Amino acid sequence: MGKSSTNGLLIDYEYCTGCFACTVACCQEHGWEAPLSGIKVMEIVQDLPKDKAYLTFLPFPTELCVLCSKRTRKGLDPACVQHCMANCLTYGKLRDLSCELEKKPRMVLWSPR
Amino acid sequence: MKDDEVKIIKTTTWSPGPGCHGGCGILVHVKDNKVIKVEGDPDHPWNQGRLCSRCLSMTQYMYHKDRLKKPLKRVGERGQGKFEEISWDEAFDLIEHKMKKIRNDHGPESFIFHQGTGRDIGGWISMLAYAYGSPNWMFGLSGISCYTPRLMMMSITQGDFAVVDASQWHEKRYDDPEYEIPETATIWGQNLPATCPDGFFGHWYVDLMKRGTQFLVIDPRCTWIASRAKLWLQLRPGTDAALALGFIHVMIKEDLINMEFIEKWTNSPFLVRSDQKKPALLKESDLKVNGSDINFVAHDPVSDSFVVWDTENQAYKKTDIVPSMEGEFDITLSDGSKAKAKTVWTLYKENAEEYTPEKVSEITWVPADKIRKAARMYAKSKPSALHWGLPIDTIPSTIPTSQAINHLWCLTGNLDNPGGNAIARYAYDVVTYPYHSGGSILSLPPEVAQKRIGMHDYGPIKDFRAWAQPDKVLEQIFSGDPYEVKGMWIQTANPIACTGMEPRKWRDAIKKLDFTVCVDLFMTPTAMLCDVILPAATFLEKDSLRAWWVPLNAIKKVVEVGECKSDIEINLELCKRFMKDFPYDNTQQLFDTLLKSAGITYKELCDNTWMIPPKGHPSRPYFRYEKGLLREDKKPGFRTPSGKIELYSSWLEKWELAPMPYHEEPPYSPVSTPDLFKDYPLILSTGRRMGPYFHSEHRQIPWLREQQRDPVLEIHPDTAKKYGIAHGEKVCVENWLGKITVKALVTPVIHPDIVMAEHGWWFPEKEGKEPSLFGVWDVNVNQLIPMSHEGKGGLGSPIKSMLCKVYKAKG
Repeated sequence: MGKSSTNGLLIDYEYCTGCFACTVACCQEHGWEAPLSGIKVMEIVQDLPKDKAYLTFLPFPTELCVLCSKRTRKGLDPACVQHCMANCLTYGKLRDLSCELEKKPRMVLWSPR
Repeated sequence: MKDDEVKIIKTTTWSPGPGCHGGCGILVHVKDNKVIKVEGDPDHPWNQGRLCSRCLSMTQYMYHKDRLKKPLKRVGERGQGKFEEISWDEAFDLIEHKMKKIRNDHGPESFIFHQGTGRDIGGWISMLAYAYGSPNWMFGLSGISCYTPRLMMMSITQGDFAVVDASQWHEKRYDDPEYEIPETATIWGQNLPATCPDGFFGHWYVDLMKRGTQFLVIDPRCTWIASRAKLWLQLRPGTDAALALGFIHVMIKEDLINMEFIEKWTNSPFLVRSDQKKPALLKESDLKVNGSDINFVAHDPVSDSFVVWDTENQAYKKTDIVPSMEGEFDITLSDGSKAKAKTVWTLYKENAEEYTPEKVSEITWVPADKIRKAARMYAKSKPSALHWGLPIDTIPSTIPTSQAINHLWCLTGNLDNPGGNAIARYAYDVVTYPYHSGGSILSLPPEVAQKRIGMHDYGPIKDFRAWAQPDKVLEQIFSGDPYEVKGMWIQTANPIACTGMEPRKWRDAIKKLDFTVCVDLFMTPTAMLCDVILPAATFLEKDSLRAWWVPLNAIKKVVEVGECKSDIEINLELCKRFMKDFPYDNTQQLFDTLLKSAGITYKELCDNTWMIPPKGHPSRPYFRYEKGLLREDKKPGFRTPSGKIELYSSWLEKWELAPMPYHEEPPYSPVSTPDLFKDYPLILSTGRRMGPYFHSEHRQIPWLREQQRDPVLEIHPDTAKKYGIAHGEKVCVENWLGKITVKALVTPVIHPDIVMAEHGWWFPEKEGKEPSLFGVWDVNVNQLIPMSHEGKGGLGSPIKSMLCKVYKAKG
């Protein structure tokens, strides 16, 4: 199946706090019943030397993500992007977002559709 | 607009609903008189369009099948779970009849009015208690260990509360030219992303992090923010005062304090009797007959004589003096006798002298070099912001701990400055959540007010907060001494699952009473024990207002659900029945009265939705102590007994508590109870927040429960290995008071010698009637924490620092 969207989600996972606002915003927007959601959050706890640990949360758009096409057609951000408590999700054209990747580390670009 | 079209209404969050202390601006989408969606309002300066998972679940919360929608009357035995629906008229008549009978037979003080944490309730439940005539308005957490100790300590130290300035007083927020980004934010005991604490929005720190603020984190757990901090101090629970004193020691030794600020704005030059067993501030009345006992004394080095600080005029009685900051002086008292006195600053330095980084390291487990580095990082940064959390309250040594930490921003002058700790007052001085009885809507005659439980036991309970002392209330329910307790009104509280330590005692207490009412939105383990249950409205089903601290916000009724009524309406109706000439006919009248200091009506507030006080208003920073905006007499200074920041506290001296900070061991610890520690070799801490849940709420909301199914115990991999426990296995957590069974969450986030248990758990899906009470006894960690261990002063309790053992559960 060919690619149908030139848009994607840029995740700045340095700042994701794992609050699940994106997951629930998606459920509310699309009426998903738990455990379904268009975006889920993974947790990675990495041990570091000197008894330290580093906590990373990584939002991941699932098969159910439609990039909120109804909202974006009206000029709104996807529900997850608007409500992200850490403002660490950006919606836009893949080409533009890929330029953002060069500006700081700890980011991923998802192309869900 | 047609009825079937979607209407969008701007309003503000608070409880009930998300459960938290609220403040977020939202857009509510309504269709056919039903809320279909809740979104963040991008134009609201507080959350700027963001919204948390709890608020985004409001439609599941409001229209949940288990929502209470009609008043219920108990028809079986208490705890049997047999209730029948009654009308509101029947419910009000029944409550009026039963409560008036108790009032007539036993006096109004025999009825307790029991609230939960910072919900939209403080004003309305105190109004009801006072209309009924009872002084016993109460928050049930042992030692009132939720912000009250810190508020009390801030109030007596600097006359006002202070919170970190994250630009919340500016409409344009971080971009306002008056604002400065903190160079360092110190996060002392709080897991920010999971909380919306104390009139704050945790994610503002993520905003600051992106703008360059560096972090110093003090926490036994490696939290998300600790893992991103420049410096993280992993301290032993309950040793925070020692750590703060270690900071003070280093700051004084290395001259990292703001001496100009200290000399000008604190009581450091005042003299204290140093020749007595107990130190005491010298007063003018000590020096001369007819001298004032509110005036203090300092030493003038030029004339080598003593000068009087005239409290009323906020000036020394001799002009142009620069008082001695240090020294001990011989002084002749009014009766001719000789005495010795030292300056507060000399005593303060002596007090800090013993807290060397090495000694503090032994107490706190934090390496000495890290203590030095951290003190330098905090004190050298400009501006430096210090954010503290609930662990400062939930230890019996909360008073000296709060005091020591509060002193850090006073010693460095990070008070009411941009990007430091700003003095926080209710926007436009509109009191929606009173602390002192003076701020409440009604008042009590003095002879009734004197019957408040606990006020004669503890100075801070008597003089600071209008609540009854909860540990004393529980004791009195069983002892009947000095008078019988006969009834309880429980509203926004769930003591059996959440606020009650030793919750089986609270169960017995509630069942012992003649009449109990619970106001709630769902059936809970506590409601299950009560005689009448009233269905409360969420914040989307009621009119209200919020000013904690800024902006002043309107909460607007958007829809109705079933027959639910707001807490305010319920209380107002009963106030009319209990009090002759109750002054308010309806909530609008009441709100208009509360809004008088803002010079607007409730309707005008609703038209604006939110309002930020203009520059120059006393409820808006900065540097108000210089401008005479804090004190009633409009003189520069602070609202304390002396008008100065009281590093040596005259209030603590009056209450016969230590006037300066010190370390006090937790009542159960490896140090204070080494024998118990042999049998219970792990420090048990509780209360860390869970983002999807607010305390005991939201376990029945599918979108939220999906994020975490079951309660867990955090345990370090090394410790888990030692006890043969695998990740996800069921474990028993046990001590001499009780036992729970929860799942092990094996994680390096926690210290190997500490385990962290979650609080507030019960299972709405399980059997509700006794003995199950929704499975609460299997998992409620409060069964391992005692009542009646409140700290000196009646505040604080050992919630963060108990002992336990952990082992694999059978089967």
